[in-house]
Amino acid sequence: MRLPFCEEGVYGGLDRGETMEIATRKESGAAVVSVKGRIDAVTAPEFEKGLLALMAGGDSTLVLNFNGLEYISSAGLRSILSTAKQLKAKDGKMLFAGLQGPVKDVFKISGFGSIFKIFDTEEEALRQI
Amino acid sequence: MVQFPTNIRVQARLDNLYTLLEFVASCAKQQGAGEQRIREIDLVMEELLVNIFNYAYSERPGDVGIACRIDDAGRLLVEIADEGVPFNILTRDDPDCEAGIEERTVGGLGIFFVKRLVQEIRYRREGGRNILTLTVDPAPVLL
Repeated sequence: MRLPFCEEGVYGGLDRGETMEIATRKESGAAVVSVKGRIDAVTAPEFEKGLLALMAGGDSTLVLNFNGLEYISSAGLRSILSTAKQLKAKDGKMLFAGLQGPVKDVFKISGFGSIFKIFDTEEEALRQI
Repeated sequence: MVQFPTNIRVQARLDNLYTLLEFVASCAKQQGAGEQRIREIDLVMEELLVNIFNYAYSERPGDVGIACRIDDAGRLLVEIADEGVPFNILTRDDPDCEAGIEERTVGGLGIFFVKRLVQEIRYRREGGRNILTLTVDPAPVLL
């Protein structure tokens, strides 16, 4: 193995700490999903599984509260898009609330900001249902 | 204190993603990158590394190496190398960011983020390796 400048086992052992927390509750006929931490390639499968479980349980309106979300990558966007497509096929919908700086920017540059309904707060999103 | 040049080599697997992110973050911090910029660099590195895990090594496992060094102008260079199949992520098309939900895909979005967030990116295939070299300034670009 000849990788440039690379030696075996010179680094490691650190991690990103708390990665993702999901809390779900029902309100005004919607499932409100609050996500904290990171939706990345490591956590996206669990995030997507959570959304699909809600759909399987009959929920068709999902409000994603991203107030505590610090980071999202294309893996997270992929999960959102895949779930949103399935929801749309069932006449359901997905709304977003509370996007913070970095997540807001990722939504903006990816164009997700224009294909989804995004509200400043969860309360505003719930009023639109 | 990080002493440049410095490097890491691990198996190219998702299990090692955070270790690799932390490694590059520590190099960038030494160059003065703040929290915002570290998040941008995390995004850049995740997108590139996950592509290596999935495409360069789709058929057999292997290692990925990252080296941080400072160029003659004092800028941070991050070099990512793998021995997987030839794969130049820079040739991916940009996504259609105007498409609606049904038509929209996420393919190509990762590299689109990368191009927005680093100052320069170069690819070369050399001695059976894919090598990406990023020039990464410490100031936030966007996020």
